Amino acid sequence: MTLLSVRDLSAFYGDFQALFGVSLDVAEGETVAVIGANGAGKTTFLRALAGALRVSRDAVAFAGRSVGGRPAHALVDLGIVLVPEGRKIFPSLSVRENLQIGAYRRRAGPWTLERVYRLFPVLGERRDQPGTNLSGGEQQMLAIGRGLMANPRLLLVDEISLGLAPVVVKHLYGALGGVHREGTTLLVVEQDVSQVLAVAQRVYCLRKGAVALEGVPARLTRAQISAAYFGA
Amino acid sequence: MAWLDTVLQGVLLGGLYALFATGLSLIFGVMRLVNLAHGDFSILAAFLAVVLVQALELNPLVALVLVVPIMGAVGWTLQRLVLNRLLGRGILPAVLVTFGLSIVIQNGLLETFSADSRRLNPGGIETASIPLGGGLAVGAFPLLTFAVAVLLLVGLQLVIGRSAIGRAFRAASDDGATAALMGIDRDRLYGLAMALSLAVVAIAGIVLGIRTTFTFSSGPDRLLFAFEAVIIGGLGSLWGTLVGGVILGVAQTVGARLSPGWGILTGHLVFLAVLLLRPSGLFAKSRRVD
Repeated sequence: MTLLSVRDLSAFYGDFQALFGVSLDVAEGETVAVIGANGAGKTTFLRALAGALRVSRDAVAFAGRSVGGRPAHALVDLGIVLVPEGRKIFPSLSVRENLQIGAYRRRAGPWTLERVYRLFPVLGERRDQPGTNLSGGEQQMLAIGRGLMANPRLLLVDEISLGLAPVVVKHLYGALGGVHREGTTLLVVEQDVSQVLAVAQRVYCLRKGAVALEGVPARLTRAQISAAYFGA
Repeated sequence: MAWLDTVLQGVLLGGLYALFATGLSLIFGVMRLVNLAHGDFSILAAFLAVVLVQALELNPLVALVLVVPIMGAVGWTLQRLVLNRLLGRGILPAVLVTFGLSIVIQNGLLETFSADSRRLNPGGIETASIPLGGGLAVGAFPLLTFAVAVLLLVGLQLVIGRSAIGRAFRAASDDGATAALMGIDRDRLYGLAMALSLAVVAIAGIVLGIRTTFTFSSGPDRLLFAFEAVIIGGLGSLWGTLVGGVILGVAQTVGARLSPGWGILTGHLVFLAVLLLRPSGLFAKSRRVD
């Protein structure tokens, strides 16, 4: 069943057009990757889906309903939750409070503080420290945990490898695999292609704000991906 | 002993200043909005109490029960209909609009109530005093004011420190855009913050009206003292606001004791000294904002 259906989505920052008619589908339970170079529009795309940018009503359908243009909090109520680029941990809040902010809308579901601590034990150990005292990798765990606390049906994950060591990135993708196995649908944006293609069932490549390539990772050649990524 | 008395009066006066400053500090903290009409709203609340006292023959302290929720509703409505539209465009639009509101409120009050000075009479408590021994005494009403200020600040600190809504206030203060993405409805949250702000300043306005006379144009002075208390204490710290109010109050009473005309001036001078030596205030939370 198609959970998310994006049709001809365009998005603007003021007069600057960042997305040009992007179409994409994500089935329930699937992990889909969106790759692309810097400035290809990946982050804009996720922010548009999460309600941070104005988009037309019919551009986004979620579970069969048109939801484009709804405010972010209404989308969180439906289960569309963003783990933002750069982690965006709240510095005045402790680790536990950062997680609790994720649960602000009190959407029903399996995720609780205890379950997030089980997934990322370091967050439990450091729960009373300020969120920004954590290392980069731990902050990324916190950002993912905060997203999970909202009990998402579709988790949008933006560039979790940003500025992190490969071994940490591997660990984070391992955790995302666990989240996926529990039935949460994932839409993952990534610049670091190798990691994300290992976990994704399908991949879209964005270039200059439009879809340049779509396919199943195993059936795409490096040359195809490279051509779509950088332009032929 | 006379000096001790002076300092004590100053401390209690500081409680009133903290009441004026709390709401100002709260909304600046949560949404970086400077409300230049803050003082005028306190005077509006005092006039509202005058009307209720006359119409319903209430004690002004009983009128509080009505005025506080009314001013809270005014704050909610103002924020949702007007001020929310100005946020995210820098600090200037909100400054201009609240400055305009300040003038509108003052002139509205002048038209409605004339330029006569008013006072609220709670029936005796304002002149009662409690002897502390050794010739020292404190006014019952200033003591009550101080106690109310401390209780309110404790309560507010608990709400902000422990509750879900308090967490949302702090998250929105850190990074409003990300807070919105996490599901916080900022329009509502800011409406709530302004409702709280005006509810607290309504108490301050009525207390002021019991302590002293006021006119339609008493608001801007109150705003100035509130700003000074907030800045002395340090932005973002409620306890700092109380300490700031107390320092300002003590400076004013000590100055006035040195020479009757020096009270307000001494307060301003202490404020300037703090601004020079510790521009971020005495208790500012150092926050990493990125």
